[in-house]
Amino acid sequence: MDKSQLREAVIDIIKSIAPDEDLNGIDGEKPLREQIDLDSMDFLDIVMELRVRYKVDVPEQDYPALNTLQGTVDYLHPKMGNV
Amino acid sequence: MHDSRIVITGIGVASPNGDNLAEYRTALLTGKSGVEKMETRYIGEVNAGICRFDQFKYQKKKEVRRGTRSGSIAIYCSREAMEDTSITVDDVGKNRIGVYLGITEHGNVETENEVYNISRFDYDTKYWTHHHNPRTVANAPAGEVTLNLGITGPHLCIGAACAAGNLGLIYGAQMLRLDECDLALAGGVSESIHTFGIFASFKAQGALAEHADPTKASRPFAADRSGIVVSEGGSVYTLERLEDALARNAKIYGEITGYASNSDATDHVLPNPIRQAECIELALERAKLKPEEVDIISTHGTGTTLGDQQECEAINSVFKDCPDTYVNNTKSFIGHAMGAAGALELAGNLPSFDDGIVHPTINLDKLDPECEIKNLVINQPYKKDRINQILNNSFGMLGINSVVIVSRFVG
Repeated sequence: MDKSQLREAVIDIIKSIAPDEDLNGIDGEKPLREQIDLDSMDFLDIVMELRVRYKVDVPEQDYPALNTLQGTVDYLHPKMGNV
Repeated sequence: MHDSRIVITGIGVASPNGDNLAEYRTALLTGKSGVEKMETRYIGEVNAGICRFDQFKYQKKKEVRRGTRSGSIAIYCSREAMEDTSITVDDVGKNRIGVYLGITEHGNVETENEVYNISRFDYDTKYWTHHHNPRTVANAPAGEVTLNLGITGPHLCIGAACAAGNLGLIYGAQMLRLDECDLALAGGVSESIHTFGIFASFKAQGALAEHADPTKASRPFAADRSGIVVSEGGSVYTLERLEDALARNAKIYGEITGYASNSDATDHVLPNPIRQAECIELALERAKLKPEEVDIISTHGTGTTLGDQQECEAINSVFKDCPDTYVNNTKSFIGHAMGAAGALELAGNLPSFDDGIVHPTINLDKLDPECEIKNLVINQPYKKDRINQILNNSFGMLGINSVVIVSRFVG
């Protein structure tokens, strides 16, 4: 999965967790929670969906890496490049 | 402590045969059942009462995803009740509204879903959702109402088996009299059809209704009944002290003049007609009514042999000389909505103060001789001259009994 595909995969997960939000204008460099209505429980949903869909575990100390969309893609790419 | 009279000013309904009181009442007067065939996990096809209200009318998609089905039912019914009586949270004050909802059980749906979910991952508990605890706490449906409406007054759920709908109303009336709130959102809700366990348990008990035609599956008092049809649903009322309702010129559906609750202390499952009769008599005493003054008895009858027969025994012992008292059953239309049943069945009867009609019990082709009750309204509605008093029975497992009496409002 390249970074472009990875970005789409992450957006697809966020869509399922925040179905009322418009994700078209998401700025990859800005914190997600400043742009859409996401709270800590939603964030845990993202972590769970990564585990369920792609068998990727994100340890708690790495959660800050998922702060932005681009940060999430960069963090996941080494783990999911072969997915 | 107020000794105020407590009145019903708004009603929200989510029933298998109607999404509001008008639709529901029409269904009850035209013999329209709300029971369908439904596939349920591990068991297959069952008869069930399924609600079709628009759950996105008052909730965002994310709220529905995060919350529970009983929460969605509670929010829908609460918002409909407030719309019905044209009152807002700001009108009352967000800290002066209390939410009191009866439930038979809560959390089984979410727990079953999670166990099923992790079964697909070799029971690895790291796949168990973090939403499980907030979804399964016993106050969840009432709490979801406060979150949705921004209510900061008290909320709780009253766990009272199948007597819970009445208990929600009783608790709401009591909290108004204790000045805990100025408006009570009170009633009952149930999401039980989304758990396979309730069907499996009734089936194991020999008490799950089976019928090729789902609309004929719920047959209380019939000699050929086969048991309970499990349903989901809800009904939430706005209750107010009379002086508050009059001050804002609210429509008044009726006045809660009597109520009672007691315990059989007899058996986990089997009812006790002596205690049921005592509960009815206590409610009548508190309402200052004689049995013969009751116009409608809304029965609890679920379609189990012993439950139906024992309720009839209780009714016959209290109402033996009551020529103008008529008896009906709403579960024959919608099945058993568990924690919602008491409030939902009472709601279906309240329009009779205006239209003077007693809706029937349907699916009754051959009466169980042990269920002979005078003036049981069978299959067709009965037009009565004037209806002033409705008595609503609701009984549940572990021997919990509840009775609510609503009287025509007289200023």
